[in-house]
Amino acid sequence: MNRFNEGSHMKNHGIIEKLKSRVPTVKPSSLFGWSVFWALVLLPAVAWAQDAVTQAMSVEYRDIPGLGSRNVVWVVAQQHLLLAGFVLGVPIFAWVCEIVGWKTKEARYDTLAKEFTKLLTSAYATTALFGGILLFLLIGLYPKLMAYLSDIFFPSFIVYCILFLLETVTLYLYWYGWDAMQGSRKTFHLFLGFLLNVFALFIMIVPNAWATFQASPVVVAEGTAIDRAWAATWNPTWWPVNIHRLIANVVLGGFICGAYAGIRYLLAASQEEREHYDWMGYVGNFIGVFGMLPLPFAGYWLMREIYQYNQQMGITLMGGFLAWLFILQAMLIGVLFLGANYYFWMGITYRIPGSERTYRRPILAMLIVLMVCLGVWMTPHSLVASLEEARKMGGTHHPLLGVFGVMSAKMTVANLMILVTFMSFIMYWRAGKQETAGWAKIAKAVMGALLVLAGIAVIVLGVWGYFVPAIIRINYFSVAQVLIVLFVMVTFTPLTAVLMRSAKTTTEMVWGQMPIRAGYSLVSNAVMVILLMSLMGYARSSSRVHWHVYGVMRDTSEYAYSPALGYAAAFMSLNTFVFCLLVAFIFWVATMGDKGKKIPEQDQPEPAKIPAGVTPAMAGGSPREKA
Amino acid sequence: MKGPLAKTVILLVGMYVFLKFILPLFTAPLPASLIFLYLALTLASAMIFYTMSGGSLDEFMGPIGRFLTGTGQTGIAGTARILVFVLFPLLVGWQTYTRLAPSDMPPAENRTIHPAPPGEFVGLANPYPRTPENVMMGKGLYAAFCSPCHGANFDGKGPAAVGFNPPPANFSDPGTIAQLQESYLFWRIKKGGVGLPVEAMPWKSAMPRWEVELPDEWIWKIIMGEYDGAGQSPRTWEEEE
Repeated sequence: MNRFNEGSHMKNHGIIEKLKSRVPTVKPSSLFGWSVFWALVLLPAVAWAQDAVTQAMSVEYRDIPGLGSRNVVWVVAQQHLLLAGFVLGVPIFAWVCEIVGWKTKEARYDTLAKEFTKLLTSAYATTALFGGILLFLLIGLYPKLMAYLSDIFFPSFIVYCILFLLETVTLYLYWYGWDAMQGSRKTFHLFLGFLLNVFALFIMIVPNAWATFQASPVVVAEGTAIDRAWAATWNPTWWPVNIHRLIANVVLGGFICGAYAGIRYLLAASQEEREHYDWMGYVGNFIGVFGMLPLPFAGYWLMREIYQYNQQMGITLMGGFLAWLFILQAMLIGVLFLGANYYFWMGITYRIPGSERTYRRPILAMLIVLMVCLGVWMTPHSLVASLEEARKMGGTHHPLLGVFGVMSAKMTVANLMILVTFMSFIMYWRAGKQETAGWAKIAKAVMGALLVLAGIAVIVLGVWGYFVPAIIRINYFSVAQVLIVLFVMVTFTPLTAVLMRSAKTTTEMVWGQMPIRAGYSLVSNAVMVILLMSLMGYARSSSRVHWHVYGVMRDTSEYAYSPALGYAAAFMSLNTFVFCLLVAFIFWVATMGDKGKKIPEQDQPEPAKIPAGVTPAMAGGSPREKA
Repeated sequence: MKGPLAKTVILLVGMYVFLKFILPLFTAPLPASLIFLYLALTLASAMIFYTMSGGSLDEFMGPIGRFLTGTGQTGIAGTARILVFVLFPLLVGWQTYTRLAPSDMPPAENRTIHPAPPGEFVGLANPYPRTPENVMMGKGLYAAFCSPCHGANFDGKGPAAVGFNPPPANFSDPGTIAQLQESYLFWRIKKGGVGLPVEAMPWKSAMPRWEVELPDEWIWKIIMGEYDGAGQSPRTWEEEE
């Protein structure tokens, strides 16, 4: 080995000597001359390079010609947010469903939880993809703003990356380990589900800090990077947005899963499939409604914090040029409440044969209350009126109906709508059952009295709210209204559960009999909630008006103006449409595997006969419709 | 007249008559936008209720389907059907024409009554204590400078009010100054109609720019007098002791 090395060394030495003889010798003076020459030639290049760096550093905005940077970011950010809402909302109720299945030993809940998670896994990658696109767009199009935000929030960027990593690993384990972790390992699988939700919660609240900082910044000049990031994170609207988004994500997730079930129900080829997706649609709608009941309270808290943080921003939202968005919001929430109740009521009519006559009058009463409330909620403070109409009214305030335009009226009707929707659910729960407990009559009488009292109390507080200072109304009356409604929910739910435990079933619930419009109403609910989130996302974002960071960093781009409401509404519709397409594509991909797993037709057993009188859902609904 | 469809038509006509003709007997007439909204909600209610079950859906949609397809539409019903088919497009045409025809009437407007105040007015507090003397002085100043338009009873019905459109604000209405902070009123009084921001277009306000005539102290005291006289309290974030 050594001999070989020595030999090769000798050989190399000879070559080097030969090369040395060919290289011209360079005098020190000429070396100096060459250096000066190259320095003179390259100096401008260095200067140009420095200029380029400085220029790149000083670029504040870039634009996408034809489309506009703001429009592109608007669409991508909204898609990311909606996808993220779905991805973070679904694990909550998928996990709850799994627990119910584990506790009750009913396999269908476990199957349902797995189906929810399947939708989640397919949406997860798309969410991350849009997050990445959004980040690149923001860095490229808004470098100054991103440099500023990075400077403040860099420590939380690291935390976010770690959380994302943990969430991904947990989701993989949770989804791919579902079948492997049955039986004795189920508790570990449930623990994974718990972890998934914990990481999901933090994944949501960390970026919420960045977004809420832009609206209500807390800037600390001194301290370490962590101190500054921590102070900026704990800004006044952080927790109100966290709570509001957490609940809204459950609502979004529930209604989208409901829509998925609705479409699968419409496409179902067998009675078994129809039954399954009818039930899944019911669960999706229930989850959506369950989340929707406390959502207005969270929204009210958020608006209160915004108003308290900055009067200007509060007025821009609630009384200024964005106030009309809240009339649209009332309409969308109203349609959502009506859609959810409509689905419940159809469930009573179709799933519990013979109950139509029994519940017709209570349904009519609830519908009237809901519609009157919606009418009040949608009545604007300043009415749209022609010159002649305004003259007759004595201004754009109507002397009688103008009182519906203020918060006291809106809060009252929102509470009443929540109360009615809750009662709709209770009615659905009790339908087709006969209480057997000896104290059932007393309990029902107490519940009835409590409901009437609660309704009266909410209205009295609402009317009284006109005659007290705003701060008394906000701090006491509105809170009392919310507490009254919550009290009804908290007392009625366990009381009904206890009553139902000993109740005998008079009419068995029949699944898979809902008409096609039930499937469409589930889809409509999902579209409404997406539109609603697009609307309020725009309201929250545009309330900063011409500021990137409110009162701290001004928007100096060519887009430093608020678009007209019609233009914004068109973008909200576009965002809703694009998101629906995305979700449809994701779900189509997710269910491709199911189709592949289906047994070939020749190997299939004799198809189960559809019970006599039952018509396929697509063909036009239940037997009663045909009759 | 039986059946869900007939009931719906009766309900809609009844609602229209009530909103358009009966309600104005007791209060001011409603604008068309509000009547349209309430009628739409009434129609939606009827549609929801009558499509709840298969039976009522058939009863509701059946006559419409038969009318459109002409099934069993003979005699007077058949003639009426043809008449509707002829008149309906004409009605749509007339509506379109009336909407598009040039008119000297300005379009219906959705004016922003309470635009956001400029930054320099945000968070200002009344620097003068709410003493009986200050309130009294404020009311005196109000009587001299504001009451000709806003009224001696703070109800927007001063002797000069009839000359303005939109009319001066009614401070006794809980939807006006009771919803606002004192700093907001300070801004509106000081800068007047000409000081309204872009979002408040079409800037319809005859409010004078009082900063050229009144010192800030007087404006703050007028605000105090206004709230006291109208029986309202300013919006605050702290409860008064």
